[in-house]
Amino acid sequence: MARRIDVKNLDIYYGGVHAVEDVSMTVEPRTVTAFIGPSGCGKSTLLRTLNRMHEVIPGAHVRGNVQLDGTDLYGQGVDPVAVRRVVGMVFQRPNPFPSMSIFDNVASGLRLNGVRNKGVLTDAVERSLMAANLWIEVKDRLGKAGIGLSGGQQQRLCIARAIAVEPQVLLMDEPCSALDPISTLAIEDLIGELKEKYTVVIVTHNMQQAARVSDQTAFFNLAAQGKPGNLIEIGPTEKIFSNPDQQATEDYITGRFG
Amino acid sequence: MAVTDTDATERVEPEPLAAQDPSLSPVVDHSAVTTHSPVPKVVAHRAPGTPADHVEREAARGVKLAKISRTGDRIFRSLATTSGLLIVLLVLFVGIFLLALALPSLQANQDNFLTSRNWTVAGNELRFGIAGLFWTTVLSAVLAMAMAVPVAVGVALCMTQYLHKRVSGPVSFVVDLLAAVPSIIFGLWGLTVLGPFLAPGAAWLISKLGWIPFFERNVDPKGSVFVASVVLAIMILPIVIAISRDVFAQTPRDHIEAALALGATRWEVIRTAVLPHGRSGVISASMLGLGRALGETIAVMIILTTPSPGSPFSPSIFAGGETFASKIANNAAEFDSPSKTGAYIAAGLVLFVVTFAVNAIARIIAERGVES
Amino acid sequence: MSAPTADAPLAFRRPSGVRTVKNSLATIFVTVATLITIIPLAWVLTTVIIKGYRLLLSSTWWLQSQRGITPRREGGGAYHAIVGTVEMALICAAIAVPLGVLGAIFLIEYGRGTKIARGVSFMVDILSGIPSIVAALFIYALFITIFGLGRSAIAVSCALVLLMLPVVLRSTEEMLKLVPDSLREASYALGVSKWKTIVKVVIPTAFGGIVTGVMLGLARVMGETAPLLILVSYAVGINFSPTTDTMGALPTMINAGRDQPPQMPGYERVWAAALTLIMIVMLLNLLARLIARFTTLKEK
Repeated sequence: MARRIDVKNLDIYYGGVHAVEDVSMTVEPRTVTAFIGPSGCGKSTLLRTLNRMHEVIPGAHVRGNVQLDGTDLYGQGVDPVAVRRVVGMVFQRPNPFPSMSIFDNVASGLRLNGVRNKGVLTDAVERSLMAANLWIEVKDRLGKAGIGLSGGQQQRLCIARAIAVEPQVLLMDEPCSALDPISTLAIEDLIGELKEKYTVVIVTHNMQQAARVSDQTAFFNLAAQGKPGNLIEIGPTEKIFSNPDQQATEDYITGRFG
Repeated sequence: MAVTDTDATERVEPEPLAAQDPSLSPVVDHSAVTTHSPVPKVVAHRAPGTPADHVEREAARGVKLAKISRTGDRIFRSLATTSGLLIVLLVLFVGIFLLALALPSLQANQDNFLTSRNWTVAGNELRFGIAGLFWTTVLSAVLAMAMAVPVAVGVALCMTQYLHKRVSGPVSFVVDLLAAVPSIIFGLWGLTVLGPFLAPGAAWLISKLGWIPFFERNVDPKGSVFVASVVLAIMILPIVIAISRDVFAQTPRDHIEAALALGATRWEVIRTAVLPHGRSGVISASMLGLGRALGETIAVMIILTTPSPGSPFSPSIFAGGETFASKIANNAAEFDSPSKTGAYIAAGLVLFVVTFAVNAIARIIAERGVES
Repeated sequence: MSAPTADAPLAFRRPSGVRTVKNSLATIFVTVATLITIIPLAWVLTTVIIKGYRLLLSSTWWLQSQRGITPRREGGGAYHAIVGTVEMALICAAIAVPLGVLGAIFLIEYGRGTKIARGVSFMVDILSGIPSIVAALFIYALFITIFGLGRSAIAVSCALVLLMLPVVLRSTEEMLKLVPDSLREASYALGVSKWKTIVKVVIPTAFGGIVTGVMLGLARVMGETAPLLILVSYAVGINFSPTTDTMGALPTMINAGRDQPPQMPGYERVWAAALTLIMIVMLLNLLARLIARFTTLKEK
């Protein structure tokens, strides 16, 4: 079931460094939101706070809150591990587990969280691989190593792995930047299908991709080197790319910088 | 990576309900006891008689965040940390124990521990000193190092600068095999094969240079410090080669290419780019080899002829002798009384301290080299 | 070098004679050095093989002990010594491997960068420099002088732990470092707790290298003689119990007979034992490297 995300006045810090400043936004369920902006402006950082992955780095902390259908993910006593079971993530470089087969990779999220029933696992694996548009290519070699696939296939494997645990939200951190154009298109089509079931937030440095794939786009920027990143503008994708409100947005879209 | 996680065993109550409707009592009790019921329908706090948007809110309200048991993490983390600490304690204990057990014998010692060459530990009068041991140990180890380091540097240069990658693989393999041979076998081979082989050469050296005390003849040439040193040199080759090879392989390509661009021959490239960069690494490797040679027990025990008690001291490399390690090993069967054992433990303690110092210096040099 | 005149062809001159000579000398030196390194290995192996192979061909060698055999008589085998060597090494591994792997996990997964980790790492370095005789003396002091336990094979294994631990820990540490952080992140992103990530993702990925380290450690301790001399008495018969004070082992079997004159049957047995020991150690080494070759993590 897809959920709505509300970010309220979020500030992100790495130790003493203020990385992202005062972000507020809403992501509606079953939509795709794209974060765009020049490198280093904090889009990946913000994405990682949506599943508390930034806390893997010692000293990283936030102020403000992130709510999933009203539940504050940063509430007192909330375990980040619990949050990550509900908000899934796909990374820039495909990272299937090398010690596991294709089947085991997709099932890993479920298995590592205690699901043992063979039938349940098999169903989940098939369902997820189908949803990731990978089933037909691998159904006859589920026992083979996950790393034996091509780059695009590995990324779809990682997507299948992420959705096998049935998250409410799917975060994607530049999922296509390590892939060739054909695999990229395959994954963009996949995102279009995924949004029927999940809320998707995608970080991309490719503006055309954002325009193709997302319903809502958020543009981030840095005031200057060494300053925190800010959310400059957020709105329906069509509007952002045709007549944005902010000059900075328009400059970025038209390629005057970044 | 350290995951800075919170310990959570509680259900999360959805706060915003209270924040949005001031007529409700604030939901602030976060010290609530663990509940197992699913959260979202916070019926208890709902004010009666509010309109239909309630139902809408109820359906979309809250996300079930699982209860995470943190015991697995806690247990595992303490297991790992305990192992780390155990290791620290272990090493400290080694030093402390040896010291504690050596002290009584050291105090009862009637001779000066550092300058005496006697070793009478049976009976009531304890007279023992490590001067002779010290000389033999250091002499054999330093000789071994002097022989091994140039060869090792040569091999390391060969493997990194001269040989094609495919050929240096097998050479590396051979060096690793050399490292795998147990020391007792080197001892056996040294005594029965190498000793007799080197005897003519040794005899020649003695005949030419025997007037220098350093080279005077003393014992059966098979059992001399000279033979032991050669065997020790062979034994420490692998470690010095391995480290030197790594250091030379990491010479920045720019330096090498700069030298080549100036028209340097291969030797000149080595002399100007590879060796200066690798100097601290080679020194560090040599010290590690020295440490290994100082501590080698069995090969030395087998090869060196033990001098009979009371025999005059000879600084010659063709004399026999005992090192710290071989003396302890030779007398292992006699550890029956605490005072006797204490004397040997004192010798072992000195060896521990010396090898510790040598290894520490080696690492400091290596680290300094990396920083510069 | 004089500049070429405008119409004379460019002459690529060889470097001056002295430089070429020095270069050739260097090449010769380096080649000689390599030969000097290879020759002893070949020599030792050949010697041991030639002097010891004959006895290994008969099954008695592998199945019988030396009970009742004096140096003058032929016969008997090395069964007791082989079993003893392997048994003591395995008991050692049972302690050293968990301790070493957990210690490496502490250094990489929990303590990276902390002061405690640097302290532990420093101590491991010291441990790897301790001579085997000092390790044996420590165990002697601890077990026998202080606790009054008497010699035993377990004492030997404990001394061997001090020698095997650094090998296992360092190689595990290297393997854990090679596991890319992206795998850990992938696991965390699935909502898997840290300890499960380590046990079910990181360790299986590093497993081949860990096994290699363990086998190299085993090979090393099987060849150690000093602890055997100090902590257990050499038994010529078969004795499997690790708590009694005698046990046979290959290094001490060699040592017991090393003063034999070549005419005695005992002499050949010494070399046969040496060959047996080398074979086991080399086998472990080769296996370890094969495993490493087939399971290396390719760096991206």
